[in-house]
Amino acid sequence: MSETAARPFAGLRAWWTMLSICIEERLAYRGDFILGTAMRFLPIVTQVFLWTAVFGATARGDIAGYSRDDIVAYYLLTMVARAFSSMPGLAGGIARSVRDGSIKKYLVQPVDYVGYLLAARIAHKLVYYLVAALPFAAIFFVCRGFFPPLPDATTVAAFVLSLVLSFLLGFFMEATLGMLGFWFLEVSSVIFAYMLVQYLLSGHMFPIDMLTGIPTGIPGVSLADLVRWLPFEYTAYFPAAVWLGKVRGWALVRALAIEAGWVVAMALCCRLAWRRGTRRYSAFGG
Amino acid sequence: MRRYLGIFLTFARACLVRDMTFRANFLLECVTSLGWMSMNLAFYLLVFTFTPEIGRGTGWTREPFFAFVATGLIVNSIVQAFFMPSAEELTEMVRSGGLDSVLVQPLDAQFLLSLHRVEYSSLANGLVGVGLLGWAVSRFTAPPPAIAWLLYPLLVACGVAILYALIIMLAAATILLGRNQSLYDFWFYLTNFSRYPAEIYAGPWGGPIRMICTFVIPILLVVNVPARVIAQPFSAGSWTPIGGAVLAAAVMLVVSRLVFQAALAKYRSASS
Repeated sequence: MSETAARPFAGLRAWWTMLSICIEERLAYRGDFILGTAMRFLPIVTQVFLWTAVFGATARGDIAGYSRDDIVAYYLLTMVARAFSSMPGLAGGIARSVRDGSIKKYLVQPVDYVGYLLAARIAHKLVYYLVAALPFAAIFFVCRGFFPPLPDATTVAAFVLSLVLSFLLGFFMEATLGMLGFWFLEVSSVIFAYMLVQYLLSGHMFPIDMLTGIPTGIPGVSLADLVRWLPFEYTAYFPAAVWLGKVRGWALVRALAIEAGWVVAMALCCRLAWRRGTRRYSAFGG
Repeated sequence: MRRYLGIFLTFARACLVRDMTFRANFLLECVTSLGWMSMNLAFYLLVFTFTPEIGRGTGWTREPFFAFVATGLIVNSIVQAFFMPSAEELTEMVRSGGLDSVLVQPLDAQFLLSLHRVEYSSLANGLVGVGLLGWAVSRFTAPPPAIAWLLYPLLVACGVAILYALIIMLAAATILLGRNQSLYDFWFYLTNFSRYPAEIYAGPWGGPIRMICTFVIPILLVVNVPARVIAQPFSAGSWTPIGGAVLAAAVMLVVSRLVFQAALAKYRSASS
């Protein structure tokens, strides 16, 4: 009886220990980490100049419903979204631990591997936000002129919810991908291909609305429609579009529900891959 | 020098054997690298559906701009094939102490650390770059003069030299920091500035960026100078950036060598 009562707390304590270990690990190489965080803003700079040059050479006031200021704001907001949904090293790390055999320590310990990875990732992100908050705030302050007036509280709440969901979606998609390592010895090319697709179709490269006029060969279906059937847009485009007021009312509620649906679906995929994968796994390495 | 060439060829041969042993992986690497490139080309095609030119009056209309992109592909594929794979391994070597075994070899450490791996799959992009350049140039209203074709390979070599020098300096930073996992990221973000024509960096913010990226870290000379020579009208004024690129390449090579030597002098082994 007492054992079962103590179990939830034991679980929590294990989580807390994992979290604090990961935070310490992240802070061990601070110089490298801070450098990496600051560097992430550089691509935005080139994108801003590119689009400024594009708008400078054309007579149009907007492209696919975005003014130049909107595009700058969009790219900055996708940076926030990617800060939540990107999972550097997650898939590769899982595949590597399968390949070199280090995953077996999680198999013999009473620790849930996916739970451990999630705790580690939350720690990773918390430290990242701690370090990145200042440069993010500074850049948003400098660029405040590009943003439309602050949206209402409901939109802000929807934006925050979309970010949290994008974190979970990014995590489960990448974790599932990493578990392909149970079936294939080398998955780095698959991961790279995923990153490409993700970069292109998430809206990280350009707003998905720009694909609206491009036909697909299917009557009445544009390339933008096709992309919207996939989960990628929720990891960059969607949170930015929410903040900029591109998705409102019932369309917003519907989109959030679809995003939550994708999270559940990917979480199930991840669990299934783990269960099937560990069943066929035979340990390598000493 | 001959000895070093012989050793480099041995490395190149060994890497070719390795790549050909895992042929499926090699092909997959080529495909993914081509995928990344096609994605960028698709993005530029998309951009040109909204505008006739990148920057008003800059001359970077569709075909010249694709010649610019092709030049970038050629320069970057050479760097990615010959220098980047070795530099990427350095991070782990510094952390684990594997660097020690390199330092005790009777060979130049910079040579060994920057040239011991060749990644042939990266050359796929360069080949596409050559094809793209041919396509773009064939559609120019006025073909480039002979002098432009003569200077082009030299300026591409200068671009490669500038990027190589930057890699060496980043490698030096790795040795000093102890770990530099951001090396590749930093490289990616820095070279990002060289991916577009220098003319886009205009205005109160763009002006200083253009100055810094031309004179301090001459990243804007890497693709811009060879691409301008081939894709924009050649005039007497073209010689200034050409001289600048050659000078920058020479200075960067010397400075990076000095920085690397200084970093090695500060290296403390991590192994027991």
